[in-house]
Amino acid sequence: MTAPLLTRVARLPFASGFEPAQLRRLCATGRSAAYRPGERIFTEGGAADRFWLIENGRVALDLRVPGRGDQVIETLATGAVLGWSWLHPPYRWQFGCETRGPVDTVMFDAAAVRELCDADPAFGYAMLRRFVPVITGRLHATRLRLLDLYAAPAAKARP
Amino acid sequence: MSTSLASRVTGAELPLPYRVIARHADTDDTVTLELAYETAPLPAFAPGQFAMLTAYGIGEVPISLSGLPAPHETARRLTHTLRAVGAVTRALHAAGPGTVIGVRGPFGTTWDVPSAAGHDVVVVAGGIGLAPVRPIVQAVLAERDRYGEVVLLVGARTPADLLYRDDLDRWAAAGVQVGVTVDRPAEGWNGHVGVVPALVASARFRPGRSVGFVCGPEVMMRFTARALTDRGVPASRVRVSLERNMRCGAGWCGHCQLGPLLLCRDGPVVDYARAEPLLDVREL
Ligand SMILES: Cc1cc2nc3c(=O)[nH]c(=O)nc-3n(C[C@H](O)[C@H](O)[C@H](O)COP(=O)(O)OP(=O)(O)OC[C@H]3O[C@@H](n4cnc5c(N)ncnc54)[C@H](O)[C@@H]3O)c2cc1C
Repeated sequence: MTAPLLTRVARLPFASGFEPAQLRRLCATGRSAAYRPGERIFTEGGAADRFWLIENGRVALDLRVPGRGDQVIETLATGAVLGWSWLHPPYRWQFGCETRGPVDTVMFDAAAVRELCDADPAFGYAMLRRFVPVITGRLHATRLRLLDLYAAPAAKARP
Repeated sequence: MSTSLASRVTGAELPLPYRVIARHADTDDTVTLELAYETAPLPAFAPGQFAMLTAYGIGEVPISLSGLPAPHETARRLTHTLRAVGAVTRALHAAGPGTVIGVRGPFGTTWDVPSAAGHDVVVVAGGIGLAPVRPIVQAVLAERDRYGEVVLLVGARTPADLLYRDDLDRWAAAGVQVGVTVDRPAEGWNGHVGVVPALVASARFRPGRSVGFVCGPEVMMRFTARALTDRGVPASRVRVSLERNMRCGAGWCGHCQLGPLLLCRDGPVVDYARAEPLLDVREL
């Protein structure tokens, strides 16, 4: 973790396609954040005031279900973007998040990034172009899981 | 890419008797059977090929080879892993040691593992799809020096549905990058949760120097093949195993036709460049 923040972010898939100047401005709002195993990064309903790029490790998104505790919905691993509820009002986390093992991240200040987006539409557009594939990728994955592909096929007469 | 011996080999038309010599319950509905020939052996099977297994009096189903014999074992044993989903697979699932079943084969194209020498090997399996790719991992580890990175990504419905847990641990200890993910975690599950194509993004391999081997439900294979090609693996170097319903196993009956392919003969292993345009074709 000795390399400068910009160099570290530039290595992550999220950075591909950003212009160097835009990436520099984004990185000015970021800092390193490391988490211990089992540490809660955010809680469902809490203020969504940051987002993270996972450099190393794995986190679990969860949802509190009455009587069943925190149910894990999905895990995210090295290279993933964590958090997009900061992009739109009411800026509240829809899920909770806890680490699975030690996790190294670069953490960004959401209010500062939103200000950059508002002040410079080209920067804002570049950010959206990075986030939309993240969001659609997760939507596709969720749809795949809805299909329950590995369930036992329903018995039917052989043709 | 690979050869089709189906209609030329002995044992293609008439099932030969094989005896179940070992039965291992992998999960609630899936077993691995070790079979030894009674009268005469079939020709050797290669990874990717399948047998037609007969439960006498009930019927016959295609089941892939799911293991290579250990070096000290006779090469003429067959290993098959099958999931009980209907009449025939339920009967085979119930076959204990000593039971005689019928076997025809080997049928179909192979994974052509040796052609991946010098490359990174990226194997992605979903559900029972881990069975047909298990011999790939075994073949690669038997000649470890010939290959680069070895990645095995596995998706299962729940932790209890995971096949070959001992193998997965052993392979990870042998340096294989093993990633396992489940759709529905259970209490105490500390691994990945999500779909297996999502693991492709963070696996370490050189896309331009990799061969991908993908097996599982067709939708899972489509998404995985896209994830691999998105990372830069050429579609011609991604192989998928297409498992449509089959009857004769030898390209005679046309039951398993997919576009221009008779999958029992021209498949099941097909490269994705060839398979992609066909995956929208409705089953006949
Ligand atoms: C080349 C090939 C290799 C295969 N390898 C294996 C293997 O290694 N292990 C294993 O457990 N199974 C494997 N299968 C699938 C297996 O052949 C079927 O599960 C079996 O034919 C079902 O027969 P049945 O009489 O038990 O059930 P049926 O009553 O015929 O079918 C029960 C249910 O399973 C569905 N089904 C049948 N065949 C398939 C299929 N190919 N794919 C998806 N759903 C199907 C049917 O639509 C039905 O809903 C393979 C199939 C092919 C074509």
